[in-house]
Amino acid sequence: MTLPMFPTSDDPGPSFTHLLRRLQGEPPTFEVDEALVVHGTTIAAIRYDDGVVMVGDRRATAGSTIAHRNMDKVYPADRHSGVAIAGAAGQAMEVVKLFQLQLEHYEKVEGSALSLEGKANQLAQMIRQNMPLAMQGLAVLPIFGGYDLRRGTGRIFAYDLTGGRYEETDYHADGSGGRDARTTVKLGYRDDMEREACIELAIQSLYEAAEEDSATGGPDPVRGIYPVIATITSDGFEKLADQDVAERFEALIQRRMADGGGRSR
Amino acid sequence: MPFYVAPEQMMKDKADYARKGIARGRSLMGVVYAGGILLAAENPSRTLHKVSEIYDRIAFAGAGKYSEYDQLRVAGVRHADTKGYAYSREDVDARSLANAYAQLIGQVFTHDVKPLEVEILVAEVGPGEESSREAAGGDQLYHILYDGTVVDEDHLSVLGGESEGIQQRMESAYVEGWSLADALKGAVAALAGEDRTIEPSDLEVAVLERESGRRSFRRIKDQELVSLLD
Repeated sequence: MTLPMFPTSDDPGPSFTHLLRRLQGEPPTFEVDEALVVHGTTIAAIRYDDGVVMVGDRRATAGSTIAHRNMDKVYPADRHSGVAIAGAAGQAMEVVKLFQLQLEHYEKVEGSALSLEGKANQLAQMIRQNMPLAMQGLAVLPIFGGYDLRRGTGRIFAYDLTGGRYEETDYHADGSGGRDARTTVKLGYRDDMEREACIELAIQSLYEAAEEDSATGGPDPVRGIYPVIATITSDGFEKLADQDVAERFEALIQRRMADGGGRSR
Repeated sequence: MPFYVAPEQMMKDKADYARKGIARGRSLMGVVYAGGILLAAENPSRTLHKVSEIYDRIAFAGAGKYSEYDQLRVAGVRHADTKGYAYSREDVDARSLANAYAQLIGQVFTHDVKPLEVEILVAEVGPGEESSREAAGGDQLYHILYDGTVVDEDHLSVLGGESEGIQQRMESAYVEGWSLADALKGAVAALAGEDRTIEPSDLEVAVLERESGRRSFRRIKDQELVSLLD
């Protein structure tokens, strides 16, 4: 590999995606059979006093079969932000990988990190670039959450297929079980929530989504696979330990059993 | 006006020209300490960096003309990021980056009218675990000169105009396995020489830390720098 040098009038600047396009050319387009595409399912984010909680289940489906039981859908984007993904899994993981690189590349070339708003807009542009593929069935729907160091608050951004960017004030959920998760969060959300309450609500929302949506995976104590939960505060992105998440789900199940949890249905 | 210039004369003229340009800038060094690699530069600017991050375990330092080595720095970040994207993060190494730099700088030296007035350092800190350190080759310091010559240096590399004197002072102060504070004090004293001192505000200091997660590059500034020098 030689050093990528460009004339100053035609320099890709601090954007990694522009750099890649200069080096590799435009990606090809093709026909896609939806039933063969692996889909990641339910993700949610909730804002609280010190930051944001992000969660994602672990199931990936291809048509009506379970393709993977332990897919990770919540990733750090950089030190102070995270991205959760729903939609076509392969495409989504590529978007995450590129997005992470995009933020780090900018930070290294320019010598300072992008603002949270700038990061959210970058992701919107990447989703928009994915639109031709989204129209062929490879849609990617992320939620972007982070701690805004300049404003001193957590912020959540949701996206649509066209790259539309919507800042959510308090919470959002997406993917096939997103509606159930969102309703659960809506009913349990209060102003001034603290970290613990927020994590609890996030866990509940995934539990409800897994009950109602076949493509959403619940806790799997047999294999020891549990949803991924992460918090993003001024201290950065932090993933909760599996053991911690397992105990929280166990407690939730015990409570449900104690009060006859939904037996009538 | 002569139409023929002997190649020897032309190379000598270019080398003199490059050396003069480099000597106008201030010096810097990379030196190994117990916890990684220390990069210390005399640099009164807080924003125009001589020392920067290239990749997870790789740093860049440049002496000479800022605009030229900064362009090389950006090319290095691009090289590393595209390579890590195409293969894996583990496959990005200082040696191949140093070779790419050497090719480019050597090419400019022989073919362009004006050589690059820069000297650069590509440093890579070895892995944290003792077991994998041997396989990966430990800490690496590649010093690349204005004509594309690569020097693979062992534990210390000094760049810039007065590098010989600084190198001698630093070699005599060097202690294997010394702490960051000791290494930094030694480096600052060596950069300053006998009859002058360098204020913390005129220093640019960064480290590649062996045990600090994925991105090992960290700048040391303000209060931390002052307390390390105390």
